[in-house]
Amino acid sequence: MGVMEHKFSDNIITATVDGVINWARRSSLWPVTFGLACCAIEMMAVGASKYDLDRLGVIFRATPRQADLMIVAGTVTRKMAPVVRKVYDQMPEPKWVIAMGSCATSGGIFDTYSTVQGADEIVPVDFYIPGCPPRPEALLDAIVALQEKIKGNKVLRK
Amino acid sequence: MENISTKDNLSEIITVNMGPQHPSTHGVLRLVVDLDGETIVDVRPDVGFLHRGVEKLAENRTYHQFIPLTDRLDYLSPLSNNLGYCLAVEKFFNVKIPERAEYLRVIFAELARAASHLVWIATHALDIGAMTVFLYAFRERELILDMFEIATGQRMTSSWIRIGGIREDVPPLFLEKLKEFVSIFDERIDTYERLLTKNRIWLKRTVGVGYLSKEDALSYGVSGPIMRGSGVDFDLRRDEPYGIYDRFEFDVPVREEGDIYARYQVRVEEMRQANRILKQALEQIPEGPVMTDDPRVAMPSHQEVYERMEALIRRFYLISKGFKTPKGETYACVEAPKGELGYYIVSNGEERPYRLKIRAPSFVNLGAINKMAKGAMVADLVGIIGSVDIVLGEIDR
Repeated sequence: MGVMEHKFSDNIITATVDGVINWARRSSLWPVTFGLACCAIEMMAVGASKYDLDRLGVIFRATPRQADLMIVAGTVTRKMAPVVRKVYDQMPEPKWVIAMGSCATSGGIFDTYSTVQGADEIVPVDFYIPGCPPRPEALLDAIVALQEKIKGNKVLRK
Repeated sequence: MENISTKDNLSEIITVNMGPQHPSTHGVLRLVVDLDGETIVDVRPDVGFLHRGVEKLAENRTYHQFIPLTDRLDYLSPLSNNLGYCLAVEKFFNVKIPERAEYLRVIFAELARAASHLVWIATHALDIGAMTVFLYAFRERELILDMFEIATGQRMTSSWIRIGGIREDVPPLFLEKLKEFVSIFDERIDTYERLLTKNRIWLKRTVGVGYLSKEDALSYGVSGPIMRGSGVDFDLRRDEPYGIYDRFEFDVPVREEGDIYARYQVRVEEMRQANRILKQALEQIPEGPVMTDDPRVAMPSHQEVYERMEALIRRFYLISKGFKTPKGETYACVEAPKGELGYYIVSNGEERPYRLKIRAPSFVNLGAINKMAKGAMVADLVGIIGSVDIVLGEIDR
């Protein structure tokens, strides 16, 4: 966004369409509450008083239909995998995925018959956060990194 | 409650699915609910969405290697889980735990109880519609997690209680922070109570809802605050004391009503009692070693490992090869925040357990949900789930 001085009357700002749309998208990332295991508690902690996600415009939504970000927080099991995919499919475009924690990244310490070895086997993942569970700051960092990534989106040209 | 007429021509039973993606199932619980209008006729829990095969993994891990997996069972109170498991393994050897380690174990277990109950009061109130409590309770939980971080280096999954004692002694800062915490915690609990205990909406949503009778509580085998909320006066810490719990003075809160409100009152009082135990432990804690000198299980401290070659070899040996337990079986249980958490280990004399069974309190408590929810309104179901205080990590294991 920029201001072209003395060209228009007051209070008119010129900007590119990309700039405005990306600004709107990155300033109101609404993640679907998708706590699977231990990481979900840290995800809640990020939303609570000390870390306060709301100031980044991140507000947890209970339904995928209103969300544009999925934070896979926890172990994805084989029984849960179809549900993860279904929730992802129900989200409207554009959508992003953050794999939070070792389990969602790579299966973590649970290399067993029942766990999926990483959420990226089911859904496309934009950011991986290491840690078991990651610190709240790590999740904040991933969200800020995602906002940076959205800045570079091209809306009108593919 | 008796008026549910399933044979009435006008009423039709519809089956509704709830979860596993639902904000108030506290994880990935799925409930299949039969409804007659808005009245619940039947609830069938479907578990297993977080089955990670922990018990199977135990069979391929040495006794020390399994400790980090216990953290991830009830991830709201990892240190209680460590404690239960270590007690079970120590029973094989009759290890004598040093005094200071015993006190630190009690401190960790009670802090874990407070942290777990804080998440419970936060999410339970949030489910019913009181957002403020969530923000307050997580503020105090952060204080506890900071203390864990000072002592163990991890906020949640700390794996700090080891077979034979504690991994390392706590730094002085930990005890200072703890002193600060116990002096303010009672006041903070008052704050939550002011928001909820006499709140008219809270009372409407909880009093008389989710009733579980004393007989049902016993026959379903529920434990912990749910059992005590239904009038059964039993607490493992008092009735079958483990560790050094017999040295502390504390009350076991019991309510006769058996509804959500009774469970709420029991848990709030338990937080106060946890604080009381913490205060006593802080006064009595002695100086000294924190790891047993029993050579069969004792892990050398970091300091020793850096200075002595033998300690380094010993540590490497203990971690990678493990130690052998005598043939036989043992069961140890602790009063975890959710109820009786038990570890049953069968050993055939090797470095790894032949079979390890975890008696998870949430799993058994969830079994009684059908009894609690039958006849209630569908809107009350989230309150009932919240009052059972389940953790899917230990239900599915």
